[in-house]
Amino acid sequence: MTIQTIAGPHDYLRAQLRWRWSEIAFWLATLLPFVLAPNYLVLASQVASTALFALSLDLILGFCGIISLGHAAYFGVGAYTAGLLSTWGWGEPLSGLLLAGLAAGFFGYLTSFIIARFRHLALIMITLGLGLLLQEAANSASFITGGFDGLQGIHTWPIFAKFDFDLYGYTAYSYALAVLFLIFLLARRIIHSPFGLALRGIRENAQRMPAIGAPLHSHIRTIYTIAATIAGIAGAVLAQTTETVSLEALGFQRSADVLVMLILGGTGRLYGGLIGAAVYMVARDQFSGLNPQYWYFWIGLLLIGVVMFLPNGILGGLSLLTRRARAAP
Amino acid sequence: MSETALTARGLNKSFGSLIVAADVELTLPAGVRYALIGPNGAGKTTLINLITGMLQPDAGRIFLGPADITALPPYQRVRLGLTRTYQINSLFPHLTALEAVTLAVCERRRVAQTWWRQLTAYRHEIDEAYDILAALMLNSACHRVTRELPYGQQRLLEIALALATKPKVLLLDEPAAGVPRDESKDLFAAIAGLSRDITVLFIEHDMDLVFRFASRVIVMVGGRVLVEGTPAEIASDPRVRAVYLGKGRAP
Repeated sequence: MTIQTIAGPHDYLRAQLRWRWSEIAFWLATLLPFVLAPNYLVLASQVASTALFALSLDLILGFCGIISLGHAAYFGVGAYTAGLLSTWGWGEPLSGLLLAGLAAGFFGYLTSFIIARFRHLALIMITLGLGLLLQEAANSASFITGGFDGLQGIHTWPIFAKFDFDLYGYTAYSYALAVLFLIFLLARRIIHSPFGLALRGIRENAQRMPAIGAPLHSHIRTIYTIAATIAGIAGAVLAQTTETVSLEALGFQRSADVLVMLILGGTGRLYGGLIGAAVYMVARDQFSGLNPQYWYFWIGLLLIGVVMFLPNGILGGLSLLTRRARAAP
Repeated sequence: MSETALTARGLNKSFGSLIVAADVELTLPAGVRYALIGPNGAGKTTLINLITGMLQPDAGRIFLGPADITALPPYQRVRLGLTRTYQINSLFPHLTALEAVTLAVCERRRVAQTWWRQLTAYRHEIDEAYDILAALMLNSACHRVTRELPYGQQRLLEIALALATKPKVLLLDEPAAGVPRDESKDLFAAIAGLSRDITVLFIEHDMDLVFRFASRVIVMVGGRVLVEGTPAEIASDPRVRAVYLGKGRAP
């Protein structure tokens, strides 16, 4: 009998695809609010839609190195699409979700032609500019968007014509969590595909990519369109579950918040955005309960602390701990 | 063998008043091993940048076989079989050697845009990448992250990445730069062992290696091709001696 010391090329790659126990535990834990905190299900559903939004940013920032300060634009397009459909008389949630994703994805595809040509600081400025443009456009088109007052009269129909959105957020959280999980599966598939490998190549060394025959701009356009679609779906989930859409859905504050969440949680790990969104939003909920005016002070402190002591975010710190624990006898 | 692999006609490039390529003419017959030599600042790397499209020439045309590729972006030239390596390591620091080469194979086979299937389903691509690494004696290191590889192995990985694109013409910019002398011989032995279907042009400063591994030599000075010939012709050419002994006109 021979003992193989070096795993073959296929075994090694396949091992990276396996679901880890920590992942299974994470998804089981997302069910806990139903049991432990039924009074917080409304908050939990907002966490879930925001986590989905952060996941979409991770796909471009964490896996492709595209820094964006205007990612809320796509979230907002999705939110307004779902909201408008409802005010125009079509409140069916699943088709609304699909159309919102398509609208945001289309907008993402159009803008991706600009995005793909820039990197670093220029990219931050361009995404910031795009976000501001869209916000002002939505503000001035108040006959459609309701302007500063937001959209009035959104009503989301029951899911599968059966599960009505209740006051306690039971349906809302179930819905948001299911959408989050399904899209997470999709994102996980993407990063473990040949295209996912190409994305990591872009993050590691974008200049080298053309030298191995990679159509760099085309790759960037593809992932940017996918990320915009997911952001739009996240926006639609928020619009449908809260039955409100206002300008802050596509504002700069939301773009900045989601970036902070992702960096808190850790970029390039898929789970970073989910953990970051949960920590950030629960912290905001608690801090604003303590002191409604100054809660950003604590968020600021949290952000500085994490970046100083855990440069790869909360998840980066955790994986460092587990590696040390395993290395120790 | 009479077939021409790469042609450059009247290439010119200048940055302001600095002329980095002046009427460069180049004709590489298929299968030949060319060395490109010249003093620092002669425009050797610039020439590679011009040929591969990393720089646009001010004037002139470039042909790969019969095809005019002057207007093509760099990645499309690679897809047609014109590949380069870099003098300073330009790798993917956190990818394993196998992942990096698999990526290059996937790009060549046009499957790198596929996001709905798992990478492990592409067994042929992974096997091919593994074989390329094995041919360069990198198979035992294939699961190591690039930045943790010893420098000599990183230089080999540069070549592995280039080979994964199945080049017809391979331009190697100082493949042994920074590698200790005894190891650089191994590196060049690997280059010498490449298929004869590949036309190779390499920049190298070590004349021993040039004369051992090149069948023809091009000497560049001041953005111009000074002379081209067999190693023996170059070694006895008075103009080349003048340049290398410092007696020639300042470039």
